[in-house]
This record gives sequence, C-alpha cells and structure tokens, in this order.
Amino acid sequence: MATPKSDLPQGTLDLLILKIIALGPVHGYAIAQRLEQVSRGVVQVPEGSLYPALHRLENRGLLAADWKETETGREAKFYRLTGKGRKQLETESASWQRLIEAIALILGMANGGER
Amino acid sequence: MNWWQRLWQRRHMEEELEKELRFHLDEHVNALIARGYAPELAQRNARLALGGQEQVKEECRDARGTRWLEDLLQDFRYALHTLRQRPGFAAVAVLTLALGSGATTVMFTVINGVLLKPLAYPEADRLVTLHGKTEKYGEQWGFSYPEFHDYQSTSRTLGSVAAWAYGGGTVTKPGEAEYLFGRQISSGLFSVLGVPLVTGRAFLPQEDQPGAAPVAVISYSLWRRRFGGSSQTIGQQLVFDGESYAIVGIAPAGFRLDGEADIFTPLGQSTDPRMQQRAAFFIHVLGRLQSNVTLAQAQTELSVIARRLAVQYPEHNKGRNMVAHPLSQELVGDVRPTLWLLLGAVSLVLLIACVNVASLLLARAVSRQQELAMRVALGASHGRLVRQCLTESSVLGISGGTLGVVLALVGVHPFVSLWPGSLPRAEDVQLDWRVLLFALGVSLLCSLLFGLAPALRAPARKLEHALRSGGRSLGSTRRLHSVFVVAEVALAVVLLVSAGILGRTLLRLLSLDPGLNTQNLLVAHVALSPAVLGNPTKARAAWEDLLDHARRFPGVQSVALADVVPMRVGEDAVGYWTTPIPPPPDQTPLALLSIVTPDFLDVMGISLHRGRFLNEHDRAGHEIVVVIDNNLAQHAFGASDPVGKALWLQGMASNPARIIGVVGHVRHWGLASDDQSRVRDQIYVSFYQLPDSLVPLLSSVMSITVRTNLPPLNVAEPLRRELRGPGADQTLYDVHTMEGLASASLDRQRFLLWLFGIFAGLAVLLAGSGIYGVLTYLTNQRVPEIGLRMALGANASHIIRLVLGQSMGMIIVGTAVGILGALAAGHLLQHLIEGMRPADLSTFAIMIPILLAAALFASFIPARRASLVDPMRALRQE
Repeated sequence: MATPKSDLPQGTLDLLILKIIALGPVHGYAIAQRLEQVSRGVVQVPEGSLYPALHRLENRGLLAADWKETETGREAKFYRLTGKGRKQLETESASWQRLIEAIALILGMANGGER
Repeated sequence: MNWWQRLWQRRHMEEELEKELRFHLDEHVNALIARGYAPELAQRNARLALGGQEQVKEECRDARGTRWLEDLLQDFRYALHTLRQRPGFAAVAVLTLALGSGATTVMFTVINGVLLKPLAYPEADRLVTLHGKTEKYGEQWGFSYPEFHDYQSTSRTLGSVAAWAYGGGTVTKPGEAEYLFGRQISSGLFSVLGVPLVTGRAFLPQEDQPGAAPVAVISYSLWRRRFGGSSQTIGQQLVFDGESYAIVGIAPAGFRLDGEADIFTPLGQSTDPRMQQRAAFFIHVLGRLQSNVTLAQAQTELSVIARRLAVQYPEHNKGRNMVAHPLSQELVGDVRPTLWLLLGAVSLVLLIACVNVASLLLARAVSRQQELAMRVALGASHGRLVRQCLTESSVLGISGGTLGVVLALVGVHPFVSLWPGSLPRAEDVQLDWRVLLFALGVSLLCSLLFGLAPALRAPARKLEHALRSGGRSLGSTRRLHSVFVVAEVALAVVLLVSAGILGRTLLRLLSLDPGLNTQNLLVAHVALSPAVLGNPTKARAAWEDLLDHARRFPGVQSVALADVVPMRVGEDAVGYWTTPIPPPPDQTPLALLSIVTPDFLDVMGISLHRGRFLNEHDRAGHEIVVVIDNNLAQHAFGASDPVGKALWLQGMASNPARIIGVVGHVRHWGLASDDQSRVRDQIYVSFYQLPDSLVPLLSSVMSITVRTNLPPLNVAEPLRRELRGPGADQTLYDVHTMEGLASASLDRQRFLLWLFGIFAGLAVLLAGSGIYGVLTYLTNQRVPEIGLRMALGANASHIIRLVLGQSMGMIIVGTAVGILGALAAGHLLQHLIEGMRPADLSTFAIMIPILLAAALFASFIPARRASLVDPMRALRQE
C-alpha cells in the first residue's frame, strides 16, 4: 500500500471503537477489520492494542460483552455498548467535532495568510 | 463485577482471554488463506499482525484493574518461596520479631484493658467522681455527708449524684462469724452507675434515712458463698454488726466500686457521728453528667457551689474547692504512667528487633543484588522491585506479629497476675479487636521500618555495575550497617542504664531505715464482737481482754493496739497548730494521727528521742498528752525542745494537748513513697485517753500489732483462733507481717526492675546478635582485602585488630548516643516513680561495660574467623 499511514492521536482509539460498536454487537476481529476498511487503511491500528483497549472499556463499564455464535458456528466474544458507553460516545464525538472545527479554522487562517 | 469477583474468577477470565485471542487469530488466518496465502504463511502473518501474544495478554490483564492484587499475590508467593529457601534466616527474623511484638502486644493489651476500653457501665464516659481540693494539700479529700446533700440538691450539670463510704463489719448469721468488707451507699448508687441487680431491688430513697428499717444488698459472691445462690435469698435476714438486715437485692457478679465489697447498706441509716460533721470528709461521691453537659461545664458549676459553701460555712469550707474527674481515671489510679513507661520500654526492645532484622535483610539484599539486577534487565520496573522487597518484609513482619499475638495470648495473664498489688480493671484485660488491630499496625510499621532500607537499595540505574560486581560490596552499605549497629547499641544502653538506675534505687530504698523493727512483727485488723462494739465500756473491756489473751499466748512477746499501721493502706490526717490562734483552715499543717496503746513503741521498735512515750497513767479525764515524731518537732519547733509545749489538734481546739516526748519518724507511707508524702509529721495519742464518744468508731478500725519470738506467720493462725472471743464472733482479718508490708511497699520498684532487667537482657542479646550478623557480613565482603593484607605480611592478630577496630568505632558512637538517651530516660523515671534518683556516674560505670563486653564478644567471632582466612583462596576469589 502506497498511502502513508498516520498514527492515531492519543485517546481517539477508544472513540473509534465505541463508534464501531455503536452500530451493533460485534467481535474483536470484526472491529479490527472494520477500522481498517472504514479508514481505508489510513489509520493504522495495531491489532495488539485493540484488545487491551476493549478490556479497559469493558472494565470502565462502557462496554458489555456476551459469548455468542458467529455465522460460521464458532463462539466469539461480542461487544456491545452500554448506556454509559452511548453517552460517552456522544460527548466524546461532540468534543472531537469541536476540536476538528477549531483546528480547521486555525489551518484555514494560516492558508489565508499565505494567499 | 467488582475487583474481588474479578480476582476470584481469574482463571476463568484467563481462559476467556485465551479463547478470544485464538478466535481472532483463527479468523485472520482463515481470511488470509481465503485470499490465497499458504497456511504456514497465513499463520505467520496473522501472528505478526496481532503482535506478541503474551504482551497483549499482559496489557489486557493490566486493563482489568486487578493488577496490583495479582502482583501482590505473586510477590507473596515469591516471598514465601525465597524465605523457605533460607529457613534459618527466616526463623531468626520471625522469632526476633515475635519476641519484640509479643512483648509490645502484651503491654498494649494491658493498656487497652485498663486505660482505653470504656468502663463496663452504660455511657460510662459521663460518669465522674468528685473530690475536695485545697490549695495546700491538693485533691486528697472526700466530701462530708452534709456537703454531699448540698451538691446533690444544687447541682444542675450532674443529672444524679451518689455517695458511698466504707462500711465493713462482722456477719454472724446465717453461718459462722466472718468479717465482711462492705460499703454504705446512698440509694441512687446503682442507678447512677446504671448497674442492674441480679435479683431484687436497690435501696429506696426512704430507706436512705436515719431510723429506717435495715436493708442490705449483698454481693454475688457472698450470695453464692453463704446462701448457695438460692432464689429464696431475697427477704431473708442477715445479722451484720449485731443488727438484722433484710436482704433486698443481689449485686451483679464482679461489681466493685473501689475494691472488693460483700455487703452494701444504706448510707443514710449510718449512726456514725461523722455523718453530721461538716469537717469529716469521708464520703466518696460520684455523679453522672447530664447528656448535654461537658466536664468543664460541670467543673465550673462545682466551683460556684464550692464558693457559696465557703461563704456559708467558712469554718470548714474556706479555701475548699470541688473537682470532677472521669470515673475511669479514678479507678485506674496511678498505674497510668507505669503502663506507658513499660510500653515505651518494650517499644525500644521492638525497635532493636526491627533494626536487627533490617540489618539481616540488608545483608541479604546486597547478596541478592545480582538476582534483582537480572530481574530489572528482564523488564521489572524499579517500583515493582521495591514493592516485592516490601512484600517480603511484610511476610516476615506479619508472621512475627502473628506469633507475637500468640505469645501475648499466653503471656498476658501471667503478666497481670505478677503485677504488684492488684492491677485495676484486671478483668478487662483481654485480647480484642483493638489489640489485633494494634498488632497488625505494629507489624506493618515494623515491616516498613526494616524493609525500607533493603527495598530502596533495589537496583535501578547502575545495572551493569551490579551485574558485573558479582554481588560484592558497595561502599554505601557499610555506612547503613554502621547506622544499624549504632542504633542497636544506643537502644540497648538506654535500657541497660534504666535497669541500672532502678536497681540502684531499689538497693537504696532497701537500705533505708523504716523507723521501726520490721522483723517478727505481725499486724491484723480486729473486728470486735458486734455485741460490744457500740458500747464504750464493753468495747474497752473487750480490748483489754483481747490484749490479755494475746500477751499470754505462747510465742508472743508484746502486743499493742493501733488505728493505723505503718506501710499499710489507711491514714488519718489531723490539722495541728502550736499557738492558741488557729491558722486559716487551708493553711493548717497536717499530721498523721495514730491512736495507740502504750506498748506500741516497744512492739514496733520505734526509737525514743526525747521525753517519754505514752504510758498507762495517761487515761481519759487526765490532761491530753501526745508524742510527736522528729519531723513534726523540726517543722513546728525547729531547734527548741518541744517536750512540755502545747499542741492544738483539730477537733479539740479548746484544750491543747501537752507534748511529752519525741520519737523517730516512721516511714508510714512505705519505704519509697514516704519522702514524697504530702503529710509527713506524726502524732501519737493514747487509745486510753479517748472520750467515750469516740470509742465505738475507733473500735471498729483498730488493729492489733504483735511482736513474736517465733516466725510471725507461725503464730498468726493459732492466735486468730485464740482471739475469737467469748461469743466466737471476734475476728482477725487482713493479717500481715510487717516485713511483708515493707517489702510490698517496694513491689512497684521491684517489678519495674525485673521487667527492665528482662528488657535490657533482651536488648543486649539482640544487639549482640545484630553486631555479630553485621560484622560477619562486612568481613565476608572484605575477604579479598584481608587476603591481600595477609599476603603482604599481616598476621592473624593484625586482622583481628582490624575487624575489632571497625566494630569498636560503631560501638563507641552507639554508646555515646545511648548515654544521652539514658540521661533522658533517667529523668523520665525520676518523674514517674517514687524514690528514684537521677542516674549517677557509677550506674553508667557498671552498666556500660556489660554492653561493651557483649558487643566485643559478638565482634570477636567474626574477627577470629577473618584471621583464619587462607590468603591464596581469598585472592583467587577476586
């Protein structure tokens, strides 16, 4: 893949995970895949840091997990959002949105100065 | 799930984690195979994508939040494992700590029971005792009965007030005649304390009046003893001091006010003439604070009432204040400083034990340097290693503490029973949660204390150095080890010198002249037959008869009567003056008044300095004569001869007595306490000069003193039987030898000497073994150096001198520090214990060589071993 990969900014992995899980119960492997697909390979999530993040979120009560069968008939750990997790996702994405807008503004101003 | 559930289900969670990761890998492998990868390559790529599986698991475990506990468990297991590898080291450390913490726990158990636990009364913190207090003599006064009523009716801060006075007597029916200790109590006493009776009722207010029907409450033990615990006892009659009392109630088992009592009678019924006298301060008073009142508020109100009474009755109450103290303080009396002193002393022993274990651990930590460095190299953080070292020392500390609690469990009751006299609240001394908490706290604190030095030495930075040096010496441990030796020596010196001070004090006190001849002297209280007690003529005749019988008894040399006996509890202080105009009441000097028969001087072996002693011609109706001791002679008359001078005594102010003689001072308040006693002057008055009105009262408190030709205790029992009187209802009780009383007056000093001796012995032993351990370690570190020295021509004695020189340096510094500590300890002892003198040079000169000898002996063994080093082998070791 020729596109350059960027490391995730601090603290955004949790937000991404929450967002993906918000779409419906999903297991760890699927989360990893979806992260890669959705970001079109731009965002590099080391699979090794996915599971500790999942466990940490579960431990904080933002996620809950059940063991369920997949379509292939294997047992997998499916994560889903708790009420607390959903609220966290809303506040986090709102503040993320604000941050992006602010950054865009600042960058835009710099561009204007160049022109 | 909370953390302990997660911890509990650790295995389950591990399995799930494993399963979850395997699922991930398998899915990834399948996806890669589906994309056309060869299975082996797919496996490899999937693993690479996930990263190190163990590391992922580790991070997941961290994310679980029970990490610290899991680490703790792991450290714990590791600590047990390493300790098991060196059982000798572990055993020495645990035993050392067990001794230290066991002794400390015993002392704390006693302090907890006696000083800290609330009394076994409901809301006991609101119970207070009240005392009279004068400027000159302090708080040694009770109340007069009229005063008690004044306070009872006026105080608003005290919800209820009750009173009691001593009231022993002879019970004659049912069963054999027996003298009973008793108390006369006001009707509210049980309800103020909040103590319910076993059966029956307490006294009614109308029974607490002169002339009411005689009723009694008896103790639980008397009920069992005399009535077999029968349920029919209530309503039965008990003949007590010749009067028939109806039993109305039975006090709960173990109920006591200030000492044992078997019978309680209504105070208000007492016919004691002192009941009407405002100058007779013989009533004990206690009260219960109102629920919203503080002790300070009550104190303020008491002072206001006291001032009002001083205006109303200036003759008796001028300069007299009232003070309130918590009841618990009153019951505990003067053991408080002794207990804290002993806790302080055992803490020193514990501290030495800690230092000892610390030096052992440090020596081990240094030899484990390589192991620890290896662990750092393998990824353990510095904090983790510190934690592990501390876990290890906590395992030692808690094992030692647990063993210490077991020792305390076994040791606390023997200790209490060895307490001189009887320990107040001894029945409350038990191991409870407070003690366990204390023991745990002490163990953890000790673990921190002795674990910190080795733990902080856990390698962090100079890794290569530690790994390369092969675990051999690092300069800074030597300094830390020296600090340990210095501390041990200093603490041991403090304890040794304290023991020395106590020993010398005891020797000095034993050599003091008690002022009488304590040998072959028997003293006992006499309870005359209740039939004669109230009648002065009959009582006098009964005393004559008793003296007659006793005098003729084989083995008896001479006998006399006395109301107070030297070195036994009890005194009767009276104000005196030497000019017709009395000084103000609060300025009146006090003297101990002894009412005796003329043979008292011979029986006691008191020396006569001037004039004559009382004789049989000094009778009632004649001029009152008194004999004074040389203390009073000096205080009141200085250098002039007091014989023939007049002396006014409080209570018979109109006619003065004439002084007829001066005798030597008797150490009435015990060998140790006499010098500190507030009352030190003594006056003797003849029993035969008492007016009839005073005979019944005095007769109820008189004692017989007997000088014997035989060992006095051999005479005691036959004499007791001989003196039962015509009605077989005359009893001797409280029988003592004067030697026993004199010795008992030093019990406290002797007991403390024993304990400090034991503590000092332990301290020397521990310090010795500590020095031995440290030096063995340090010399082992120096083996190559020693080998080199020997190769260059040093001989064995040079090496011995080298090692001893090193230890002497530490020991001398320790001794110097210890001497400073000992001086401070000496001041403390002098402050807390009667008869103590500050430490003198000779005490130091005797005690310090003991420690030096022990320390040198302990250093000599490693020194000698070092001198036997084979230089070739030592050099090759390098």
